[in-house]
Amino acid sequence: MVPLWMYLAVAAALFSLGVFGALSRRNAVAVLMSVELMLNAVNINLVAFWRYSETSTDLLLNGYAFTAFVLIVAAAEAAVGLAIIITVYRNRRSVIPEEAAALKG
Amino acid sequence: MELNAISIGFVVFTIFTLGGGVGVVTTRNLFQGTIWLMVSLFGVAGYFVLLSAPFLAAVQILVYIGAIAILITFAVMLTRSVTRVKARYIRLVPSLLASFALFLILLLGIAVPVFGEISPDIAPVTVASTRDLGAALVDENGYVVPFLLASVLLTGAMIGAIFIARDDTA
Amino acid sequence: MDEICTGLCRLMVDSGAEPGLAQFVSLLVGVLLVSGVPLLTVILLIWIERKVAARIQDRIGPNRVGPIGLMQTFADLLKLLGKEDITPTAADRLLYNVAPLVSFASVVLIWAIVPFTPFHYGVDLEIGALFFVAVASFGTLAIMVAGWASNNKYALLGAFRVVSLLVSYEVPLVFALLAPVMLAGSMSMLDIVNAQSGMWFVVLSPLAFVIFYISSQAETGRAPFDLIEAESELVAGFNIEYSGMKFGMFFAAEFLHVFTNGILMALLFFGGWMGPLYYESPLLAFAWLGAKGGIIYLTTLWLRNTVPRLRIDQIMAFNWKCLVPLSIANIVLVSLALKALQELNLVPRQLIGASFVDMLPATITLLVINGALAIYLLGILRRRGQEARREAQAAPMQFARATAD
Repeated sequence: MVPLWMYLAVAAALFSLGVFGALSRRNAVAVLMSVELMLNAVNINLVAFWRYSETSTDLLLNGYAFTAFVLIVAAAEAAVGLAIIITVYRNRRSVIPEEAAALKG
Repeated sequence: MELNAISIGFVVFTIFTLGGGVGVVTTRNLFQGTIWLMVSLFGVAGYFVLLSAPFLAAVQILVYIGAIAILITFAVMLTRSVTRVKARYIRLVPSLLASFALFLILLLGIAVPVFGEISPDIAPVTVASTRDLGAALVDENGYVVPFLLASVLLTGAMIGAIFIARDDTA
Repeated sequence: MDEICTGLCRLMVDSGAEPGLAQFVSLLVGVLLVSGVPLLTVILLIWIERKVAARIQDRIGPNRVGPIGLMQTFADLLKLLGKEDITPTAADRLLYNVAPLVSFASVVLIWAIVPFTPFHYGVDLEIGALFFVAVASFGTLAIMVAGWASNNKYALLGAFRVVSLLVSYEVPLVFALLAPVMLAGSMSMLDIVNAQSGMWFVVLSPLAFVIFYISSQAETGRAPFDLIEAESELVAGFNIEYSGMKFGMFFAAEFLHVFTNGILMALLFFGGWMGPLYYESPLLAFAWLGAKGGIIYLTTLWLRNTVPRLRIDQIMAFNWKCLVPLSIANIVLVSLALKALQELNLVPRQLIGASFVDMLPATITLLVINGALAIYLLGILRRRGQEARREAQAAPMQFARATAD
């Protein structure tokens, strides 16, 4: 059996990669992909904690069910996020978040 | 960590997950980035299998590879003229430092038990099945309210995405 | 596979191998065995398909290599292997080469959950039906990647069409798949087949079968949904740049996918290995499954060689305006009826092992509901057809322009 800390370490690395991508990438689509990485790092943690806790035997499925909801939110987020990116691209011919600053004072 | 199917699987899926993640944040070509993202998320689905959550693994593949990947590739192609921007990064060094610092802090959190006991290394033998999850999702003491809210959210997101991305000229 | 695995595993542990490693190796052998079945079938399938297509088109078909042309596929295989392996210079080398592999693997993976007999199966997943849907989505991605990586406008256009087609038809496919899952109360393929001991699910929910049949035909990209490869419009669609064995992989994946769908339909709706004496003889059970799957497969070949190709807008309109609402209505009605029957104790709680008589009330109720829904749908389609005909007769030119938009 793989010890719990290994899952947590991988999730931490994946989350940090996602943070790095979200902070540094210029392209909005790449930023969105990095956000997906972070969501998945969180999912690994949720499922791992659920699996290694004593509650995984009874009906307390918090980690399990929560991951399913995260997946639903991720799908909704991707749909709306990409729709916004395409609309911004259509209006401003750019997918760089910094350039979509028409409301900036 | 002894050598068996689970530990071999863990190593393979770790390579997938982290390798794919590195691919996502470094690749110049966004279409390839999408594929790297899929490799990474496939690795995560593998973890779910190892953690006895096969339902989540199947849903992960279905949602991400079947739907979100296709969505992202369409977005990449629809914005194609600018996806090959010269500079990949802005504020490269600060974000590299910040994310590395975050990684160290997270590792510290894993190694040092700040909030109590050190986590167990042995998982319980018996696990709740997919059937239990299904029952819990529609149980009034379980997750029926979040379940209904999630379906409202999905409907709202679908209508919203269509409304935002609709081309008024066509 | 279980018996082979434990047997081999014990043998290896006895001869001094580490238990974990022995388990892994024996699993690997089992995987190779299960994936070997589809790999060998595809060689025969190509011959059958060519022979059937030839007969329908009043030709003889392959008859030169070997007896009645049986060795033709091997000759073709040799030809494909001997061809020059071309990678376009502007192509994305890695993705271009990986795409055919993923496409073929996505079909072979489905065979992991196919129970050949009550005792012989790759693996009995508790999420079997969901696994099938998840794995099938790899194929979609592979086609997208192939179209993009070829760096060819025809390939990309073909890929766009395919992906919009596949993603759309996945919706009714999954909804139709829900009907047997609900009836059996399980996603495991083994449970679904066992639950059909009293009555095949095709009798309990014929509409779900029809929807599944149509959308799986679309998923494989066969006529009337073959605009994936629409030779006369897109040259060859997404695989235009592929040559040699890489093309062969796409080709084999498509052929195998059709047969796999036949087997899946036999499992989900026609009782899988159920048949006289299936329990006594595993070989007979295997034969029943093969025969049922084969018959469904032959009907898809018949369909392919008979109907003309549809336009992309017609296909999309048919899916979103007809199949998707129908499949949702079907699911709602079947689930309500099933719940009502269970409350009235007219259907056995546990379908596994239920007899024909136990299932009669449920069968009649569900058949009436399905029939009513089908008649209602046919009424709508008939009215639409008459309207379209009237418009076409009133002003032929305007009608043609309006439908072409």
